[in-house]
Amino acid sequence: MLTIEDLHVKVGGKEILRGINLQIQEGDNCILFGPNGSGKTSLLMTIMGFAGYDVVGGRIFFRDHEITNMAPYERARLGIGMSFQRPPTIHGLKTRDMIKLCAGERKVDLDQLAQEVNFTALLDRDINSGFSGGEIKRSELLQLMAQDPSLVLFDEPESGVDLENMNLIGKITRSILDGPLEPRNGVSMKELKSRYQTSGLIITHTGYILDYINADRGHVLYEGKLCCTARPRDILDHISKYGYKECVRCLN
Amino acid sequence: MSELNRCEIPVVDLGKYSFDQGELPALKDLRQLSEEDKKQLLMAGVDASGLHRSGSYLHINHSKIHCSARQKGLELMDIKEALDKYEGLPEYYWQAVDKDKDEFTRAAAEKVHGGYFIRTSKGAVIQDPVQSCLFIKGENVGQNVHNIIIVEEDSELHVITGCTTSAGIESALHLGISEFYIKKGGKLTFTMVHNWGSEVMVRPRTVGIVEENGVFASNYILMRPVRSVQSYPAVFLNGRGAVARFNSILVAPKGSHINSGNKIVLNAPETRGEIISRTITTGGTIIAPGFIEGNAVPAKGHLECKGLILTNGIIHAIPELKGTVSGVELSHEAAVGKIAQEEIEYLMARGLDEEQATSTIVRGFMNVDIMGLPPELKASIEKTIQETEKDMF
Repeated sequence: MLTIEDLHVKVGGKEILRGINLQIQEGDNCILFGPNGSGKTSLLMTIMGFAGYDVVGGRIFFRDHEITNMAPYERARLGIGMSFQRPPTIHGLKTRDMIKLCAGERKVDLDQLAQEVNFTALLDRDINSGFSGGEIKRSELLQLMAQDPSLVLFDEPESGVDLENMNLIGKITRSILDGPLEPRNGVSMKELKSRYQTSGLIITHTGYILDYINADRGHVLYEGKLCCTARPRDILDHISKYGYKECVRCLN
Repeated sequence: MSELNRCEIPVVDLGKYSFDQGELPALKDLRQLSEEDKKQLLMAGVDASGLHRSGSYLHINHSKIHCSARQKGLELMDIKEALDKYEGLPEYYWQAVDKDKDEFTRAAAEKVHGGYFIRTSKGAVIQDPVQSCLFIKGENVGQNVHNIIIVEEDSELHVITGCTTSAGIESALHLGISEFYIKKGGKLTFTMVHNWGSEVMVRPRTVGIVEENGVFASNYILMRPVRSVQSYPAVFLNGRGAVARFNSILVAPKGSHINSGNKIVLNAPETRGEIISRTITTGGTIIAPGFIEGNAVPAKGHLECKGLILTNGIIHAIPELKGTVSGVELSHEAAVGKIAQEEIEYLMARGLDEEQATSTIVRGFMNVDIMGLPPELKASIEKTIQETEKDMF
């Protein structure tokens, strides 16, 4: 579904991503580890197509399209969605209206979705205005639920979130990736699963999110290069014991 | 000198305008207006059908055309009739605005063409807004109106006033004197929508006086081209617990020069004043002064002016605070800038193209919601925003 070939990206003239190769299949969930400043967020921002992330080499494909030079909204319309870590406040734009914008032509039951992420009381607030860490995450999830992308880019779902919120955020993230967790209207789980083929690329430092989602594999991004592919749990265990030293060795 | 630097205040030449148009025939029903005129009125928030309105007043050029009130507790008539009926309204006429303030007040004092006189009875809550329209038809017409609103004790009133010129009229002069008296516990919401022509000069002079626990809430919307507006409504909160709020949305396309500000004077304890202005230039000049003066304690005032330069143009925000006693709490925030790229990209990541993203942000910036307008007026303003957007991007 997503194919990245030898991607080189400069930010402010400095090369941040130095030859990334990555493939994500339909329905795959990939976890991205890496120390601060290794380029994880830059990779997500580049996939989404933001200004300031200059692709100086390589290509990105999504499904049958080369998206390397596409505007963010074209990528969004093709089915890429992103959860922002620090989204900007837009004054005068109610969260409710933002969700409608995310849904676009799709029909969504806004109030029902809001209820699922415990956001009803905040729908009439300006988007992100004075939101707490947990509220930002829930609002981002709510937007993604309305947008219904087929590839979700998720920048640190657990940052700034307390344990109670983590539980909710974890479950919702899972339902975005895997579809509803319970059989509905007599539809079997098998059928539901085949219908929901959402892929994910998720950045995590703490690994808390791994308690909730089925991640297929993990990668480590180190100094702008992907240096490891393994089971996410194994990577996490290793990093928590030894830090990222091993990655340096691996790269050499 | 480049065109952008053409920011000196356009000078009104009173001699250029005709102040002596003949009387126009009265209309029994506003629906008798031409479709074109009705459309102009609607763009200024005035609904010719009169639905959801407790009264309507229409003044064209120099004559009252229509005046009807249909709610108990509401008195609505032409100012000239009111002056006759109440022996010159000595308590109110020229009591808030200084007749000798400038050449425009003097011109308006010399010959008044009309204007509305609105008064509530004590304790009357007028549910639907009263609408008034000051309409100019004809090239180079000069219009002097004098409006008086009296909100008696514990009564409530919403006045929507639309000022407009008929389609195709470019040049005109509008001089409007408005005096508002809000008695003890009264509440006035005053919403003014301007829809002028590109060569129209506008010089309103407005003063409000608010007594104990009275509330004055003013909304001003100017989004269509105009040659020059210079206005600076002032409100004096003279009674304990009085409140004043000004919200303005100003858009200046190329060729418009808007100097529009507000003044609130906190003269009694427990008074509160708030001035919020949102200004956008797409090539014109906006000068946005705001002034809050605190002369009693406790008293609170807050001023917020935000400007957005969308294309070229000038925005000059001038927030001023003056405290004359220890213990007043006055604050302001002002910002002039552009749309943050980060906000555009956030929306683009949700599937909006750049133009949709920009217009969404600009609408949010204008924030019509805070005005608390009745739904149909809000809808008509949203429509005006849509029309305006066509020229914005």
